[in-house]
Amino acid sequence: MDGTTAALVSAVFVASLVEFVEAFTIVLAMGVTRSWKSAIAGTVTALVALTAFTAVLGLAISTWLSESLLQLTIGTLLLIFGLQWLRKACLRASGFKAMHDEEAEFAEQAQAAREADRTTYAGIDLFAFMVSFKGVFLEGVEVVFIVVTFGLSADALGMAIGGAVVAGVIVVALGIALRKPLAQVPENTLKYGVGVMLAAFGTYWALEGVGYFRADEESLSWPGGKLALIALVAGWFLVTRIVIAGLGRARTSTAIPTEAA
Amino acid sequence: MKLLKAFGLFWYDFVIGDDWKVAAYVVVALVITGALTVNGVLGDGATVILGAVLTMIFFAIGVRYDARRSRS
Repeated sequence: MDGTTAALVSAVFVASLVEFVEAFTIVLAMGVTRSWKSAIAGTVTALVALTAFTAVLGLAISTWLSESLLQLTIGTLLLIFGLQWLRKACLRASGFKAMHDEEAEFAEQAQAAREADRTTYAGIDLFAFMVSFKGVFLEGVEVVFIVVTFGLSADALGMAIGGAVVAGVIVVALGIALRKPLAQVPENTLKYGVGVMLAAFGTYWALEGVGYFRADEESLSWPGGKLALIALVAGWFLVTRIVIAGLGRARTSTAIPTEAA
Repeated sequence: MKLLKAFGLFWYDFVIGDDWKVAAYVVVALVITGALTVNGVLGDGATVILGAVLTMIFFAIGVRYDARRSRS
């Protein structure tokens, strides 16, 4: 495994870990307050839907797009996705946005579950089923997107899938052992780190893919090839530290908003 | 129908997120880089470096703008 693939697998593993922790919190809230059978049924159904979605997405983008258009498309989406994570990380680190809290999320989901009406079909509590399904599917699509884009771009789909699967197994094993929200996982720090990686890889591929607009559709070349990724990771880290430092100074005498998406 | 709506909302949230400016300045940076590429203004290396620097500058300005707006 070369350095680029190792970085890619690490990024996929950490991103998947964060998303699986969020999905686990939702399923746990439904299982504890409503019905474990219904929550697990919703989770399994979502995993089946995700498998189909992954196959279609992977086949579609690897079949229909030329190399440079593939780089441009997935690089742009990765860059936007990564910068959204980095934006939140900067605002959180400088106190302009509340930190994400799994225990608060669990309490909110559990309260909503207790207040919802109970409608059953074939012994399945539809509220617990649907909330679990939506939670796992929507968080899972983010994992699938990262796995497919990273995997195809670096020609290491198997390694990327492996990173996500290991993250999923760890979260499920810890969840079964602890039976409570995995609040000890430093999600905010991990999201910051993954945001830097997503932004760096996204910048690299999106700008390579701009070559699609040339007459020969040949990708642009970075100075130093893949070594440029190291400079991009350092660059995005430096930019975010400067932004956070600047916002920290500006925050003096500022009330902290309570948004915590 | 609810699932479709949720799926559509997910993709909107995924691409646009809670700050549409992120998607906007990424596209603007790529359009500028694309224009330079098509017209052969700079070599490959200088073009990608300029594109990366532009994206970083837009990001820093965008986050600072959001922070200032949340204070007011």
